[in-house]
Amino acid sequence: MPEIATRDGYGTGLLKVGKNPNIVALDADLSDSTKSIEFGKAFPERFFNVGIAEQNMMSIAAGLAASGKTVFASSFAIFSERGFEHFRNTVARPNLNVKLCGSHAGFKTGEDGSSAQCIEDFSVYRSLPNVAVISPADAVETEKAVEFLASYKGPSYMRTTRAKVPVIFDENYKFELGKGVVLKKGKDAVVFATGPLVHESLKAAEELQKEGINIYVVNIHTIKPIDESLVIKLAKETKAVVSAEDHNIIGGLGSAIAEVLCKNYPAAMEMVGVKDTFGESGTPEELYEKYGLTHKHIIKAVKSAIKRRPK
Amino acid sequence: MDIIQKLESKAKQHRKEIIQMVYDAQSGHPGGSLSAIDIITALYGYKLKFNPKKPDWPDRDRFVYSKGHACPALYAVLADHGYFSKGEFKKFRKLGGMLQGHADRKWTPGVEFSAGSLGQGLGFAIGIALAGRLDKKNYKVYCMIGDGECEEGAVWEGAMAAAQFKLKNLIAIMDSNKVQQTGKVKDIMNLEPIEAKWKAFGWRTIAINGHNMKDIVSALDSAVKDDGRPSIIIANTIKGKGVSFMELNEKFHGKAPNDEEYKKAMGELNA
Repeated sequence: MPEIATRDGYGTGLLKVGKNPNIVALDADLSDSTKSIEFGKAFPERFFNVGIAEQNMMSIAAGLAASGKTVFASSFAIFSERGFEHFRNTVARPNLNVKLCGSHAGFKTGEDGSSAQCIEDFSVYRSLPNVAVISPADAVETEKAVEFLASYKGPSYMRTTRAKVPVIFDENYKFELGKGVVLKKGKDAVVFATGPLVHESLKAAEELQKEGINIYVVNIHTIKPIDESLVIKLAKETKAVVSAEDHNIIGGLGSAIAEVLCKNYPAAMEMVGVKDTFGESGTPEELYEKYGLTHKHIIKAVKSAIKRRPK
Repeated sequence: MDIIQKLESKAKQHRKEIIQMVYDAQSGHPGGSLSAIDIITALYGYKLKFNPKKPDWPDRDRFVYSKGHACPALYAVLADHGYFSKGEFKKFRKLGGMLQGHADRKWTPGVEFSAGSLGQGLGFAIGIALAGRLDKKNYKVYCMIGDGECEEGAVWEGAMAAAQFKLKNLIAIMDSNKVQQTGKVKDIMNLEPIEAKWKAFGWRTIAINGHNMKDIVSALDSAVKDDGRPSIIIANTIKGKGVSFMELNEKFHGKAPNDEEYKKAMGELNA
């Protein structure tokens, strides 16, 4: 499998949708990292580097959107949170058409260390009314999500990552907001994964297959709105549920799924994610190993969920 | 009656409406409404291009009211120009009413900006100004901020950006009323020399008495120049202007008058 970072998918996606003259892009001086620079090079008159000023970026984005523009605004996920209250009050509350993209999220950020390793973005953005929260698994899905967002009305937050991840989807892939994608069918358990953990889950499924355990692997690219009906359906089928995300286990994908299950169909559930701790410098692989985010940890979680499964 | 007298008479009427709204609601922000009302009256009565029948008219001038806590002033003027009925005043801050406790574009026709959190209106106005330039529109964007609001760092992010982007279609107005919630601005976080600060950030500055209608009108006329710079009118005002016991009194930043205070205030405004 070729490997491409999802932030590159953001860059190519933005370049594609940029042909629409109504689209503008903003960045807080990280465009070569977030990859909005591709849009900036092609459409300099519609690209605004607001300087290292994320709060002001959110307000400017809102003003452009209130004037009819479709606005893509990007920074590192962690620095987007610097402008969080601006996004909350000036973008989300009036339901303006701003598509925020936070790159360099999660422990996948690696060597930059804990300041950049944003592990709470799903949690904070998910708690805002009106806001869709998207977390693509590969560069193709990211590009397709950007194309979708260009015609979607309303505010959104999308997370991308710094490190390369294997490409899972091909060019025919269609992005549907709020619809989980079943990548592998099974019967013994279901793993709902997002972002780089989708690939880890596919690896886990392969290993488990050798032991005779057949699991569903579902790509949840939309954290909000969560695909309730799919979560309930597969929980009923398997009674053993695992969530997997490069995010704090508090407030992210695992929480979103647990919220659905506790009301509709309580099942045995395990959460693979960051165990409420800040990270450190290291390669993404080392960090995934140390902090429990690899396919091996998913395998363990699946077995544990199966063991605890209601009879 | 000439335009100055007409605007003065309107502002006097609006001061009474502000007190009435806050008294009826028994909450709200009279002080900052009374300091801003002369300027807002002049903006809508003299300067802005707008059409109350088409609040979304793409060519309209925009007024971004960043100090949205002082919304009774804006509501009084918008109703006077026909954006909604003055009957709405009674429902200010009440469940189901269109006049929210802080001005909000989702709820009230004519309101451009969903305010309530200081330091965000200027950036929002910059976004509208950039869109106007991209779309080759001639509209102007007026943005009123408070002096206390300038303690928010984001105001200065906006100050830098507006100059960097050479937004000559942007006119900020600083309602410099000298008082914030818990005391005098100079005692809490001194902003002076504020005009020099805006100049240093690359803005054209015009300092006026923000309660002198002639000054206001002439500043609005001279604010738009083609020198590639954004402009700011630094309006020296008095918080609570027009009601003796509210003037420069931080207690009336966010408090409604009681029955006795209401009668006294209305007596003064009717004199």
